[in-house]
Amino acid sequence: MFDFAFMQRALAAAVLVGVLCGILGFFVVLRRLAFIGVGISHSAIGGVAIGILAGWNPLLTGAVFAIAVALGIALVSRSDNISEDTVIGVFFSGSMALGVVLFSMKSGYQQDLFSYLFGNVLAISTVELVALACASAVIMVIMLLTFKEHMLISFDEEVAAAYGHKVLAMNVLLLVVLALTVVIGVRLVGLLLIQALLVVPAAIATLWALNFRWQVLLATLIGALSGVVGLVLAYQFDLAAGGSIVMVAVALFFITLLAHFIHRQFRTPPSVSLDQP
Amino acid sequence: MNHDNVVVGLSGVTVELDGRCVLHDINFDVHAGGFVGIVGPNGAGKTTLMRTIMGLMPVVSGRVEVFGSPPGGKGSDAIGYVPQRQSISPEFPATVGDVVMMGRLRQLGAFGFPRKKDWERVDRSLELVGMQDRRDRPVGRMSGGEQRRVMLAQALCASTRLLVLDEPTVGLDLPAEHEFYALLRRLIQDLTLTIVAVSHDLVAMAGQSDELICINQRMHIHGNAEEVIHSHAIREAYRCEFDFLGGELAHHETPGHQHDG
Repeated sequence: MFDFAFMQRALAAAVLVGVLCGILGFFVVLRRLAFIGVGISHSAIGGVAIGILAGWNPLLTGAVFAIAVALGIALVSRSDNISEDTVIGVFFSGSMALGVVLFSMKSGYQQDLFSYLFGNVLAISTVELVALACASAVIMVIMLLTFKEHMLISFDEEVAAAYGHKVLAMNVLLLVVLALTVVIGVRLVGLLLIQALLVVPAAIATLWALNFRWQVLLATLIGALSGVVGLVLAYQFDLAAGGSIVMVAVALFFITLLAHFIHRQFRTPPSVSLDQP
Repeated sequence: MNHDNVVVGLSGVTVELDGRCVLHDINFDVHAGGFVGIVGPNGAGKTTLMRTIMGLMPVVSGRVEVFGSPPGGKGSDAIGYVPQRQSISPEFPATVGDVVMMGRLRQLGAFGFPRKKDWERVDRSLELVGMQDRRDRPVGRMSGGEQRRVMLAQALCASTRLLVLDEPTVGLDLPAEHEFYALLRRLIQDLTLTIVAVSHDLVAMAGQSDELICINQRMHIHGNAEEVIHSHAIREAYRCEFDFLGGELAHHETPGHQHDG
């Protein structure tokens, strides 16, 4: 099946997005940003709709819109009077509603809408794949250069600020990178399912590894593996590729959870307490 | 007083939080090599004062200097900070060594990759706090007392000459608290450190520090521990009478006493 050029492109996209989501997903899970990720990904629908209606590149307008929403959430949730999850709820529903209204203004919009909501990786072109690879590379370099700082901020924002690190700027950078990752993943699994690739592989990794190095490595491997296996299943059984990839990741999560539970039940207790001096 | 060895200097410092004055006209100097305890009742502004010294709170008026510069200035690399913290999440995916290395992030070279000398510094900091054999253990699995020592090692991992501690023993049992203060005493001697610590625990602070500063939104008294605990000013700050030396809090509320949480 991988003799076909479209399958080769789809495979490359699946591996790239899986690896990227594994790295970003590590911080999404560590910093409990899952809901903000949902908010950003769903609100990008508004931006995609603007692009389609205006005749611009929908992924570019989606990216700009997702970044604007991420910054809006960060800005408004700094207020003491309103909680972050409320702000996310308002932005997310408002942007989605805008997208639905704009899509309804264009006749025959259903095909476009479905492709952005649930992905269409088998139709990815070489140009799109190159753009995806470049954007992924930029994000990976950014995360590599700022990884230690993000770890310190995840550990304790107060200590990070006291040592002169720009906590607000780094938090905003993380949200912007998250917004870009969401848009990069649109072609693979769509705006409604990209969140799963951000959360599920990283969640599986936290069940098995105690150290961030192994967690990041495992999350990227599981993200890539889900993409490859999902694609194969989609091809063999004529299924939607995006849904298949996410189903594989979710199945891996439940298998891991069960294995983890069994492992905890039957493991022998440690002979030396960690609390002992 | 010798003004040449002032490590922390505050003059006329006023801080507001959401338009409400939380510190008013605070003045004191902390000299090198001392252990200064800052005490006061709940809501007195102790944590705000620590955050102001660290440059995390803007001042409305007055001047804060640390090693002769405003907070965040040229002396900031010599400050170690341990904020008020109950515990580290058991799931935090880092080893003790990784967390201590975070205190050295400012000194790391290009791309933030630690070199051999950085790991040697981590080992030295862990040795100072008696945790050298725990470097590769998950930090979230340490006990409360051990986690506090890890945070101390993190604060010592740079070229630290001033330690700022906010409620350093909160959540520790009595033996762990005594052990922690003994460790601080040893560090002052071995490393010629200066320590500024905030605590709600007046008894512990009076027993451990060289100087006590009592605040309740404004300065009430600054002096040696003996002088402060016998003063009328400290009772005024706490708005109650107590038999300090008897170790028993005879809580005779004075008119106008308010519980401020």
